[in-house]
Amino acid sequence: MMDGLVDLRTGTVSREVFVSEEVFRQEQERIFGRAWLFIGHEDMVKEPDDYFVSRMGTESVVLTRDRQGKINVLLNSCMHRGMKVCRADQGNARVFTCPYHGWSYSTDGRLVDRPGELVGVPGFSSHYRSELDKKSWGLVHCPRVVNYRGTIWASWDENAPDFEEYIGDFAYYLGAALDHRDGREGGSEMIGGVQKWRVKCNWKFAAENFIGDLYHDISHRSVDLVGIGPSGGKGRRDRQRGRTTVGFPDLGHGGLAELPHRAEPDYVATYRNHPEVEEYYRQVHEARVRNLGDRLRVTTGTGTIFPNMSFHGRQPRTIAVFHPISPTEMEMWRIFLVDRDAPQAVKDVARHYYLRYSGPGGMTESDDMENWVYATEASTGVVARRYPYNYQMGMGHSQPIPELRGGYDGGEYSEQNARIFYGRWAQFMEGRDWNALMAPARAAVAEPAHG
Amino acid sequence: MGEVMQDARLAAMLLEHEVRDFLHTEAELLDERRFEEWLELFTDDVRYWMPIARNVRFNQMAMEYTREGQDTCWFDEGKETLRQRVEQLRTGIHWAEEPRSRTSHLLTNIRVASALPIAARAEEVEVRSRFLLYRNRIHDETDILAGKRTDRLRREAGGWRIARREIRLDQSVLLAKNLTSFL
Repeated sequence: MMDGLVDLRTGTVSREVFVSEEVFRQEQERIFGRAWLFIGHEDMVKEPDDYFVSRMGTESVVLTRDRQGKINVLLNSCMHRGMKVCRADQGNARVFTCPYHGWSYSTDGRLVDRPGELVGVPGFSSHYRSELDKKSWGLVHCPRVVNYRGTIWASWDENAPDFEEYIGDFAYYLGAALDHRDGREGGSEMIGGVQKWRVKCNWKFAAENFIGDLYHDISHRSVDLVGIGPSGGKGRRDRQRGRTTVGFPDLGHGGLAELPHRAEPDYVATYRNHPEVEEYYRQVHEARVRNLGDRLRVTTGTGTIFPNMSFHGRQPRTIAVFHPISPTEMEMWRIFLVDRDAPQAVKDVARHYYLRYSGPGGMTESDDMENWVYATEASTGVVARRYPYNYQMGMGHSQPIPELRGGYDGGEYSEQNARIFYGRWAQFMEGRDWNALMAPARAAVAEPAHG
Repeated sequence: MGEVMQDARLAAMLLEHEVRDFLHTEAELLDERRFEEWLELFTDDVRYWMPIARNVRFNQMAMEYTREGQDTCWFDEGKETLRQRVEQLRTGIHWAEEPRSRTSHLLTNIRVASALPIAARAEEVEVRSRFLLYRNRIHDETDILAGKRTDRLRREAGGWRIARREIRLDQSVLLAKNLTSFL
């Protein structure tokens, strides 16, 4: 049934992809059961025994830092009867004790097994006659976990390629969001707390929106009229240098961003109303010039890591995750980032801007959700489902980006990146193995020559 | 002595009545979409703050809400951004509110927690209340948001003005796709 849902030759995608129960069920197995997924930020688990409850597709998982300092991603379900062992959102705990029968797990996932400590399995010696093999009944560990510049990612598939290989040269763009503005790797920190909210739309609407859709500007015309830019300027952002659609057909990632370059553009003073903030960004710019030298660099507007993590790289600077709940519902999460060592005044100005831009109360994003919800609703009918969505903008006009392995420039207004996303989606849904998934040379298929 | 006591109680009752009337009028302005008049009820230095609730263990209740001035939240507004939101509602192309939501702001459990300097001559009061916002739009899109509000009202130019509003929503995951109604 998955055949022909995505047609890159004609640039169309079936509406079944967005509303079908069967498609949704298979996505859980074939995409969320295999791909690298965003779990959280290391700032959520700074101390031993810190935990944060996250999601991988429809599964609940617990991100922990165990007493050895190691980061784990554990399935949040007791091995005895399946009860959710952690129902708090975050905190610090020596053990997760299941409220059903009392099996207790330490933050490394093992059933507690040390003499004199809390009982890992009540009645172990009496009811179980010491015959239970506690070591093999710890919480399920996600086998692949990585800390990438402060962000934690995991995959259920032991055979998945390394995360760096999975993101390829799109790392420049993700890095631009996660690094310090002065160019230091992973130099950002997470502002405390996560916005979480339910949206009755298919999760892919959000992933597709962030991968590079400048065309949806009309969605945000009202906020552009009002003007909420970070420095108090017009529009919803300060003026940005030439953005284009940068995508990776072999990997499924992409963004609306700058082409890579080696010289840092001149500094433009923007925060005239906030002298301290202005001074900070000016100094950061000078440090960036020193730190990066003539190394390749980019700035990102927005981007998506296949399948369901997106980010704003500059204004604002955020991480968004789209957790699938059902074909027609997702839970969206939003995390805000700032330079870790920035003065409080700089962090405050950034936070206020992020909040008036992003999230369900954001003056920009509140309008996105309206579109995704009613596009989903209007696509559920049996008649509506007969007609595919049109992704033809800019087909055949992509150009390779010489500095980036497998990178293509679709131009400022293009649906190249959406085609790349759904091309990748179809590959995963076909159930290809990792050798086939990571083999280069899809580009010709994704972007057939014009005419 | 008895008369003084009675006067104080009477003053407290009158104050509570006055404050309740003020908050009901405010809710009415919102439900009638008279947003510009609503905006005038806020002081220029108002802080409108709505933290995010989290599920935490009994011994970590201090973490239940995100922290003011530091963490993320649903809203952290001053008069200027409230004004911008009203302006956005008036553009006619703010799609989240086009067509307009129907709202009813229900206020209850209104209590004056403190009055300065005293109830009889109050210049500033702290008011606690519960809210229930019913919102319906298009056809079946319905949100019910309930929670607690703590307002600080200040008397300015003869009338009450809202100098601070703290909104604690009784949801950790917001069960609405957006927050385009004022609370």
